[in-house]
Amino acid sequence: MEKYKMHILICGGTGCRASASEAIQNNLQDALKAKGLEEEVQVVMTGCFGFCEKGPIVKILPDNTFYIEVKPEDAEEIIEEHIIKGRKVMRLLYTDPEKKEVVSDSKHMGFYKKQIRIALRNCGFINPENIDEYIATEGYAALGKCLTEMTPQSVINEIKDSGLRGRGGGGFPTGLKWEFASKNDADQKYVVCNADEGDPGAFMDRSILEGDPHSVLEAMAICGYTMGADKGVIYIRAEYPLAIERLKVAIAQAREYGLLGNDILGSGFNFDVEMRYGAGAFVCGEETALIHSMEGLRGEPTVKPPFPAESGYNGKPTNVNNVETFANIPVIINKGAGWFNKIGTEKSTGTKVFALAGKINNVGLIEVPMGTTLREVIYEIGGGIKDGKKFKAVQTGGPSGGCLTEKHLDTPIDFDNLLAVGSMMGSGGMIVMDEDDCMVSVAKFYLDFTVEESCGKCTPCRVGNKRLYELLDKITEGKGTKEDLDLLRNLSTVIKDTSLCGLGQTSPNPVLSTIENFYDEYIAHVEEHKCPSGQCKALMQYVIDPELCVGCTLCARNCPVDCIAGDRKEAHIIDTAKCIKCGACMEKCKFNAISIQ
Amino acid sequence: MAKVKSLADLKKIKEELHAKMDLREKSNDPEAQVQIKVGMATCGIASGAKEVMEFLIEATAKRGINSIVTQTGCMGYCYAEPTIEVTMPGKEPVVFGDVDLKKADEVIEKYIKQGELVDGIIPVNYKTIDNN
Repeated sequence: MEKYKMHILICGGTGCRASASEAIQNNLQDALKAKGLEEEVQVVMTGCFGFCEKGPIVKILPDNTFYIEVKPEDAEEIIEEHIIKGRKVMRLLYTDPEKKEVVSDSKHMGFYKKQIRIALRNCGFINPENIDEYIATEGYAALGKCLTEMTPQSVINEIKDSGLRGRGGGGFPTGLKWEFASKNDADQKYVVCNADEGDPGAFMDRSILEGDPHSVLEAMAICGYTMGADKGVIYIRAEYPLAIERLKVAIAQAREYGLLGNDILGSGFNFDVEMRYGAGAFVCGEETALIHSMEGLRGEPTVKPPFPAESGYNGKPTNVNNVETFANIPVIINKGAGWFNKIGTEKSTGTKVFALAGKINNVGLIEVPMGTTLREVIYEIGGGIKDGKKFKAVQTGGPSGGCLTEKHLDTPIDFDNLLAVGSMMGSGGMIVMDEDDCMVSVAKFYLDFTVEESCGKCTPCRVGNKRLYELLDKITEGKGTKEDLDLLRNLSTVIKDTSLCGLGQTSPNPVLSTIENFYDEYIAHVEEHKCPSGQCKALMQYVIDPELCVGCTLCARNCPVDCIAGDRKEAHIIDTAKCIKCGACMEKCKFNAISIQ
Repeated sequence: MAKVKSLADLKKIKEELHAKMDLREKSNDPEAQVQIKVGMATCGIASGAKEVMEFLIEATAKRGINSIVTQTGCMGYCYAEPTIEVTMPGKEPVVFGDVDLKKADEVIEKYIKQGELVDGIIPVNYKTIDNN
């Protein structure tokens, strides 16, 4: 068998592929061929490395050299310099923004130092389209162990002991969920994988499916074994074409190897997986709505009980778990519950994947032990706030979460702590905001999303959220009153208390948490009619300082609505009634004469 | 590919495939491996560094030593090429000069396996950015 001396790994996640990582792969292969090295150096397209900020990533093993922002035309230089001459291409290495030092390999990068990768263990490590690489890294060993050495109940006990809780947001103990489903007898049962990742800014499930699809298939089969189900269904949004493609490849390979299908590993256990595509409705992340959507009905939630464990898909006992939850299962079986539950905190064991987004230096995907503080995540792994700005807030848990502030930064992240401070774990989106962000507008942005995504079944959510949005809109327009703030609070509480599903029960969270933590900002909007961060267009005015204006006419010539008047070499004036606040004049002015008031 | 019919089958396939992924797994934990760097600049290659590197890769694998063999640029000891730098887990790197195949064998047998120093050590006069 060929044994390569070096491996070149290229990120094949959606983000890096959009930046031409396929062309990089081809160029690297061509360059190797031209030098007669194709037998010595292996080029592999892997899943996401997580460091999306600086993609496309090319990593060279065994020395772990980590090249960032690689372009297809850099391929030849990498081969010529690094592979042949053994000299690292310095200009493509990562420079630590604080120490200003070049970091040659991933082991010394702040971004990776604090991470423990369990769910993401194979992302950026194996070729997701090659089942052999998965098997070589313990793949399907957990399924084999369960089928031949463990009873369904002992598998359930192992998962219960591990303390694993649902990673989709609910945080319900996974072992318990499996046990419920296993206890209900029926002629047909189902395992469903919830890959309907809907939080804006969250992409962990997509990355796992793109980078390590077999781990999810393996875990679904293990789940099927515990509850006596022979059918698995992955409900995935159609907006994830690459994840769908890789899943298709993985399912076909697993069937070919007999790791899906009848009589798996000679155990007599049958299990197969198919896919259902969702249209990307946020509410379908809720398990009952998801099941209805799978059945071809409207994606609307229904009252629990009955829980899906009793009556789910097609009225049969069904167990629904999130992608990340499943990705943890094989590791727990292989390494044992005792290994897993030592990671993290007492009530939230293991790790959690977070998608860092917003005004943060290292946008990307990270996996940290539960109990890591927000400060560690934002400053040590995330590299701090962009452009040296000041941290203002972090939104955890997507549109249903709350905005946390400076004073919460030392909170250890776990399910219960985040709830206690008025936010939630959610699926793990983490959006960082800086001093330039207006918190009223942020709340409005999330409400805009939930209004759009509410299924409309129950009144508090359908009408209530719309009213919340209108109130917030009124405030950002400068027409709000102090009474509106009380109304916002009352209405939010009512919506939370009376909505049927998780969407309505959590959608007012951004409103409540911003009122709680940024009350001054709301007051500034309703009493002084000012937006302290200068984001609310209706509350700001562009003015020209006559002292600084030299009358170059550049602003007047660039104004799209011709609202700037003034003669050559005379100070100009903006007609604020006509101004559309596009900011073009301010951008063009070379004398800093235009400012926002 | 034939179907995997049993857990034993799966384990067998895994063993067969393991060699392919070996290098990647070791890279995940470089500190636990014997790290050998071979100077592969023009001077090194001219003196036979390529053959030495191939020998080191094969010999360490055959003799069951967990190692990562990488190439590096000119270490500045052109008078003593080929040069190799060996870092045992938890120890300071040691540089050996004039490493031909025979010497490489000696380094593996004596230094790597038994921790005995052999002739030809060059005192290190540089620091690398990795060792911060």
